[in-house]
Amino acid sequence: MAIEARTGSGPVTDVAARPNPWRRLVDVWRHRELLLNLVRKELKLKYKNSTLGFLWSLLNPALYLVVFYFVFQIVLGAGLPYFAIFFLAGLLPWNLFSTSLGSSTTSVVGNAGLVKKVWFPREILPLAAIGAALVHFFLQLIVLALALVIFRYPPSAEFCLLLPIALLTLLLFAAALGIGFAALNVYLRDTQHLLELVLLAWFWATPIVYQYTKISDRIGNWVLLNPMTSIVITFQRAIYNRTTYYDTTTKTTVGILPDESIWWYLRNLGIVGGCSLLLLVGALLLFGRLEDNFAEEL
Amino acid sequence: MDPAITVDHVSKRFRLYKEKPESLKERIIRLGRNPYEEFWALRDVSLEVAHGETLGLIGQNGSGKSTLLKCISGILRPTSGSIRKSGRTAALLELGSGFHPDLTGRENVFLNASIIGLTKRDTARIFDDVVAFAELEEFIDLPVKHYSSGMYSRLAFAVAVNVEPELLLIDEVLAVGDEAFQRKCVQRIRQFQSEGRTILLVTHGVETVRQICDRAAVLDHGSLIALGEPGEAVLVFRDALLQREHTDEAAGADWRSHQQVRITGAEVEYLHPDRRHLLPGEPLRIRMTYDAPARVDDVVFAINIHDQQGNLLLGANTDSLGADPGSVEGPGEVVFEFEQVPLMGGIYEVSLGVHTHDGGVEYDHRAGEDVIEALSTGKVAGMVSFPIRAKVDPGS
Repeated sequence: MAIEARTGSGPVTDVAARPNPWRRLVDVWRHRELLLNLVRKELKLKYKNSTLGFLWSLLNPALYLVVFYFVFQIVLGAGLPYFAIFFLAGLLPWNLFSTSLGSSTTSVVGNAGLVKKVWFPREILPLAAIGAALVHFFLQLIVLALALVIFRYPPSAEFCLLLPIALLTLLLFAAALGIGFAALNVYLRDTQHLLELVLLAWFWATPIVYQYTKISDRIGNWVLLNPMTSIVITFQRAIYNRTTYYDTTTKTTVGILPDESIWWYLRNLGIVGGCSLLLLVGALLLFGRLEDNFAEEL
Repeated sequence: MDPAITVDHVSKRFRLYKEKPESLKERIIRLGRNPYEEFWALRDVSLEVAHGETLGLIGQNGSGKSTLLKCISGILRPTSGSIRKSGRTAALLELGSGFHPDLTGRENVFLNASIIGLTKRDTARIFDDVVAFAELEEFIDLPVKHYSSGMYSRLAFAVAVNVEPELLLIDEVLAVGDEAFQRKCVQRIRQFQSEGRTILLVTHGVETVRQICDRAAVLDHGSLIALGEPGEAVLVFRDALLQREHTDEAAGADWRSHQQVRITGAEVEYLHPDRRHLLPGEPLRIRMTYDAPARVDDVVFAINIHDQQGNLLLGANTDSLGADPGSVEGPGEVVFEFEQVPLMGGIYEVSLGVHTHDGGVEYDHRAGEDVIEALSTGKVAGMVSFPIRAKVDPGS
């Protein structure tokens, strides 16, 4: 028998001590299999018993597109060329962010059954929620890709190099906030309701429906204080790939996106990414403190 | 070598809010003056579980045994103290812990196994064993919400024991399922023990502790009041139970002063007074003296004999033996006479008690003070010397 090998194997851990943020991330990595399984579970349960299943996640941006196209292009006559492409390029990363945040905030409360009965690194729950949102994001990208093909619209090859970085930055930012909010929501259930309102305001504060220049013309670079702006305009710059357009009614050239180099966009992402990293450490510390009594509070 | 689990001065405080503020508004309004009571579920508990050992945790409801198990599994974090453990842990805290009703049995097995830390490949390897153990071959692809509670618990147990944990934490789960499955579980636990794995078991069942555990710990009001041989621990547990009943009755007064019948002494009398032991098959007498300050009409004197592992070898009382005293008053004596005691080599514990016919009130008991010491003859091995003779027919 392999008793000798088994006894004393594995590191001795102090389960009563709060692990530091780095240790927490290592624990999450060790449980990556569980992370994937939970993502799978979320997806399975979301579309269980629905006939259209994953098609629903495609219908959401499609409907948004129709509504905003109608309101802005036809009723208000905003006149952006290829509005669909512009809009989807900003909406999809925004959707990823807001679903990530919304579902990760409720993830610990929603999985009370698990939290009360089994141990695993609890951060996995908000991360799994973000993972599920990421899968939807990729599905919705199909809609965008179809639009590009239909309109024979060429994205910018150069700026597309920034997309993985922008996506990573977005995920980092969402993870930091999501982990923090998930823990807070256990104690203050208002967090999730408050968040809904904040996300609504945040959506309009981010240049998704309108173009970046509309506000940057008024308040300058202060726009970039909204981290989502840096991320969204990178997506738009890469996919929509126009910085100006010629308005035929006023006979003027109108700005859409900042006409800056790839490095300017990269710098913005870097700032957001760096801050998110700090935020993540803070969120993990907060989560670690609040986690002590999860099982009692739920 | 380090123990498998080291629990070092662990305390756990719960705050019981009288009115729990759920919303931000309430929190702000009551900021800082939130009425709550502190409740210590665990007070300064220290214990060690050696590798390959099976430790039973016993105690009444609310004694903190489940809290301790949750702290060890990591679900709750103690308020102070440290808990060190090593190796893969599987915990069965409540049945079907971590099962999602809408997922199928198969999906739940994979989910559950990955919670414990298994990879997909590992899980696939043990999957058939799990299903076979749970006897759920036909239902494994059904959502578990359609399972009966028995099927649910079988699957949960099957996962926990098949993931090859080095450390298995079990809370009360042996009490469910049909008898056949229970036997299977006990068997599997024995196999675990023989493989040198460590088990921590929380239970109400005194018999379970005696059958399975190497040692037992008794918790009472969050404090560890005994840690030792299962037999001893069970006695302490019974004592604690008794004391609580009495304190409940007499509202905190010293219950011993309210005893209506008191055991004043007891003695084990062997065949030869100069020999302090017994040879198998010899007669034995156990004499108990009592005192009843006032007349008591409802009284039964009882005797129990346990072996060192806490197994009950004999239990009898004056009622069952047809020697009902009717009523007692003043000092008196009860003698239990054994025509012959077939016990062999060992020490056996005698516990005595006085209680009402229905067992509802125990006037007094005496345990852990008297023993029967038996020697072996060397002719046969074991614990009981059955009258045995051998006859060999050499044929022709």
